Amino acid sequence: MAHDPQSVGLPGLRRPSAGAQPEYLYPPYASSIKRAPTRPLILLPHTLAEVTGPVFGYDALGPTDNDLTRQHSEEPLGERIFVSGRVLDVYNRPVRRALIEIWQANSAGRYHHKGDTHNAPLDPNFTGYGRVLTDDEGRYAFTTIKPGAYPWGNHHNAWRPQHIHFSLFGAGILSRLVTQMYFPGDPLLRDDAIYQSIRDECARERLIARFDWPTTIPMTGLGYTFDIVLRGRDATPMEQ
Amino acid sequence: MSQDDQDALDGLEMTGSQTVGPFFRIGLEPLFLPVVAGPEVRGEHITMRGRVLDGDGQPVPDAVIETWQADADGHYADPASAPTPGAGTGFTGFGRAPTDDEGRFSLATILPGRVAGPDGALQAPHLVALVFMRGLLRHLVTRVYFPAGPGLADDPVLALVPAERRATLIARPVAGEPGVFEWDIHLQGADETVFFDA
Repeated sequence: MAHDPQSVGLPGLRRPSAGAQPEYLYPPYASSIKRAPTRPLILLPHTLAEVTGPVFGYDALGPTDNDLTRQHSEEPLGERIFVSGRVLDVYNRPVRRALIEIWQANSAGRYHHKGDTHNAPLDPNFTGYGRVLTDDEGRYAFTTIKPGAYPWGNHHNAWRPQHIHFSLFGAGILSRLVTQMYFPGDPLLRDDAIYQSIRDECARERLIARFDWPTTIPMTGLGYTFDIVLRGRDATPMEQ
Repeated sequence: MSQDDQDALDGLEMTGSQTVGPFFRIGLEPLFLPVVAGPEVRGEHITMRGRVLDGDGQPVPDAVIETWQADADGHYADPASAPTPGAGTGFTGFGRAPTDDEGRFSLATILPGRVAGPDGALQAPHLVALVFMRGLLRHLVTRVYFPAGPGLADDPVLALVPAERRATLIARPVAGEPGVFEWDIHLQGADETVFFDA
């Protein structure tokens, strides 16, 4: 890895600290073995191609995209929750108009997907899909139901902890992030190969939402907050 | 100094990546964009298609490819690329296509123009490609170039790739199908595609 972008005069984006991101090959996660690259990665300079990225507008969103409990004729079964937070970049600036896409299992731990063969019931009132754009302070909010845990084939008696998948677009294509939000106190986190693939304990724990009284609504549902940090563009002007 | 100012100096750590898993279609399908450029978009219309293959050479039926590119003039539809953003041409430059049961993907787009690289030298026309799938805890970042594209021989990014591996980043023309290019993504093996530490 000889080429340091800074040394060749390129606008550099800060790179993640060791252990804060998973390695591609993580053998406890069996699916990584035949899919992780084996050759050394080539250090990529950050040119105009990397520091630009798609921009989305509010017109892309449907009226119930941020409320997964109102997308069908009836409410889905399960525990109603409110998930909200802020999207910031590594320079602690709010990421405005960040597109967030989420997907999740229903309250029984079953995905609305033909590939999910878990013998838990589907809920005709729950698709498990949501989208939102952050506001000027980088804030977002979803209403949904708490997803169930479910078994998977990674190892004997493997169960995924309850989680919501998050996909985000920030400033520039290199800010792209797909992650999973977990719930506090879930006993399955300890043995989950996907969660444990992040070596740094602090970085891992940042994937766990916090229970939040202020967004908990009386007689309605519990609030959770989950803040997300994207890479973001360097604070210095872009090179043309 | 306020806590916010201190945080800006110290910086925050990026949130850790996690795999898209096998069921991403639920969340990502509303934004599947296999047609990056409709007929109204000015430029040379092309199809970029290919297969995604795992370490056993088996097709990957549950991958999703995202692409990012400039318009025909070499402008990006991102206000950050001012003073010459491509916005207004109707071309967003962003594509997203899943693989099918045979591991195939296809994107209809236009040939991108050349964009500035390091020190103002022009880069060869290319797409930035991100690859997501179950088994990838982080997405992969790569690029695809066009055969016989202008500037290919001295593209500053391609020059960082060992010569014997550069072919993995160059699409092939398809005989008898003008404007169609094929580019396979090999996750492992002798022909492993070059992926970048971005």
